[in-house]
Amino acid sequence: MSNIRKAFENGKAFIPFITCGDPDLETTAKVVRAAADAGADLIELGIPFSDPTAEGPVIQGANIRALAVGVTTDKIFDFVTELRRDVKIPLVFMTYANVVFSYGGERFMSRCKESGIDGIILPDLPYEEKDEFSDVSKKYGVEMISLIAPTSEDRAAMIAKDAEGFIYIVSSLGVTGVRSEINTDISRIVKVIRENTDIPCAVGFGISEPRQAQKIAGISDGAIVGSAIIKIIEQYGKDSPYYVGEYVRLMKEAVITA
Amino acid sequence: MKSKGRFGVHGGQYIPETLMNAINELEKAYDRYKNDPEFNRELTQLFNEYAGRPSLLYYAEKLTKELGGAKIYLKREDLNHTGSHKINNVLGQALLAKKMGKTRLIAETGAGQHGVATATAAALLGMECVVFMGEEDTKRQALNVYRMKLLGSEVIPVTTGTATLKDAVSEAMREWTKRISDTHYCLGSVMGPHPFPTIVRDFQAIISRESRQQILDKEGRLPDAVIACVGGGSNAIGSFYHYIPDEKVRLIGCEAAGRGIDTFETAATVNTGKIGIFHGMKSYFCQDEYGQIAPVYSISAGLDYPGVGPEHAYLHDIGRAEYVPVTDDEAVNAFEYLSRVEGIIPAIESAHAVAYAMKLAPTMDKDKIIIITISGRGDKDCAAIARYRGEDIYE
Repeated sequence: MSNIRKAFENGKAFIPFITCGDPDLETTAKVVRAAADAGADLIELGIPFSDPTAEGPVIQGANIRALAVGVTTDKIFDFVTELRRDVKIPLVFMTYANVVFSYGGERFMSRCKESGIDGIILPDLPYEEKDEFSDVSKKYGVEMISLIAPTSEDRAAMIAKDAEGFIYIVSSLGVTGVRSEINTDISRIVKVIRENTDIPCAVGFGISEPRQAQKIAGISDGAIVGSAIIKIIEQYGKDSPYYVGEYVRLMKEAVITA
Repeated sequence: MKSKGRFGVHGGQYIPETLMNAINELEKAYDRYKNDPEFNRELTQLFNEYAGRPSLLYYAEKLTKELGGAKIYLKREDLNHTGSHKINNVLGQALLAKKMGKTRLIAETGAGQHGVATATAAALLGMECVVFMGEEDTKRQALNVYRMKLLGSEVIPVTTGTATLKDAVSEAMREWTKRISDTHYCLGSVMGPHPFPTIVRDFQAIISRESRQQILDKEGRLPDAVIACVGGGSNAIGSFYHYIPDEKVRLIGCEAAGRGIDTFETAATVNTGKIGIFHGMKSYFCQDEYGQIAPVYSISAGLDYPGVGPEHAYLHDIGRAEYVPVTDDEAVNAFEYLSRVEGIIPAIESAHAVAYAMKLAPTMDKDKIIIITISGRGDKDCAAIARYRGEDIYE
């Protein structure tokens, strides 16, 4: 069974996103452990990219801060290897196609396997371009997480049929970032997914508060939160692990009762 | 599923899922209208009656004599309405968007030429328009910001990243994912995800369609070389396109080398970049060893982009076109030289092409022919060039 599946065995899943190296890799390691201890079911680790076109200002800021302190793909692989000595929950990378492409698809995926990365999310690699890395990701057992958006419509079934790991449902139009309201009919997207695959689906983009996460988890398999966590890290810097831990605890409690 | 819009290994559609249906819809609409007689009649009418096409192919006799080599013709895209080749693509896309029922155009701009052209088409066709422009460029090209506002557009200064053209493209893409149903992203160059590189090329190909006929009329033969500047590459692909099958015609793209290709302050993508995936396409990009996009530099805001259109990457790969670096200094010299010799002030972007022609022409025999595309007029650059020369002039 896919390791990613295990993230969805403890009730509805809570999935935090953390940019590696913001404000530095030492702090990121502590934040990841705090989140895991607080009940995070899977963690998305962002490899920073200079021009993250799917991100709003908050995560763009994290990318810039991480790159400014000299974080690189190689350093992040070493960091994950170190994390994996005690962090057991599934870990997936979230980055942009050029980061993988420039490292070399095969070399990147083989290092994912060695270091213990279970999957990868590339927001600028739609269904039509999956073949760019799908052979090598399969070869090394790194699951490529597909995204389905409110605008996917008739594409949702096609994407779901071919999906692996979990499906990332994009809650709203636009880029990442906290939203006060999510108006998309997510149940309808989930229904299409259910008709085409039995792999789990989690919802991200715009979620920040426990009541939102609970509502979302009620109609899907879990909630993904990025910008709200990055804001905590931005605010507390090296002291952020404690605050992220508390936040994750609150959010996991909210989704598990959904 | 097979990836679409490939030029050799380049091109493709590397964009967020949120945009895929919009892109597919655009492709379908373009396929429907590109050969539609009514659409083409309307577009031709806009070209001829509004934009002032066909543009002149001007024999630069004085320039030819001064340089003492090949006969030089200038393809005068600077004489188009709004002052550059950008209007060709914009009228095509705006008309297409209107047919698709869109009521709002968004665009990125570097030097402001594409922004002004888009604002113009929006005014003419009664559409809303929002232009994203790097904050750095809003300072370099303050007059164009005012022109866009005068034309009824909103101009949003982009402060992220290097606050230049690439960041304006990123921000326009982000805006499009926020608001798709009524909005068309009027991309300004032969770049981005399929079908943009093809659509923009087809609308710009009028440059070489005209120049090919004009040179045949004037000289009874094809030119030996066609020279154009390359940022994303829209005027260059337009200038090259109808000569691609004529293998004896040298196609030369002039990249902005900034302070030189052996420095970090350059935007010469083909000469210094490597293959990558960014802004929806696979092509050559200036980037570091981990694929982080490099901050690029050129005196020209319009060439200050870290990538190049996928068809240019392909023409480079197969050796059909050459891509040569031209420095700030060379471009500024050419800007001044053409102004003095021919009484034509070229855009600083186009001055890159002139600069290379100044090197090439004297090495060629007098019976050879060069066509240089003057992609835009240089009025917008006068203050910046004066400052480059140490004069304290502001617009």
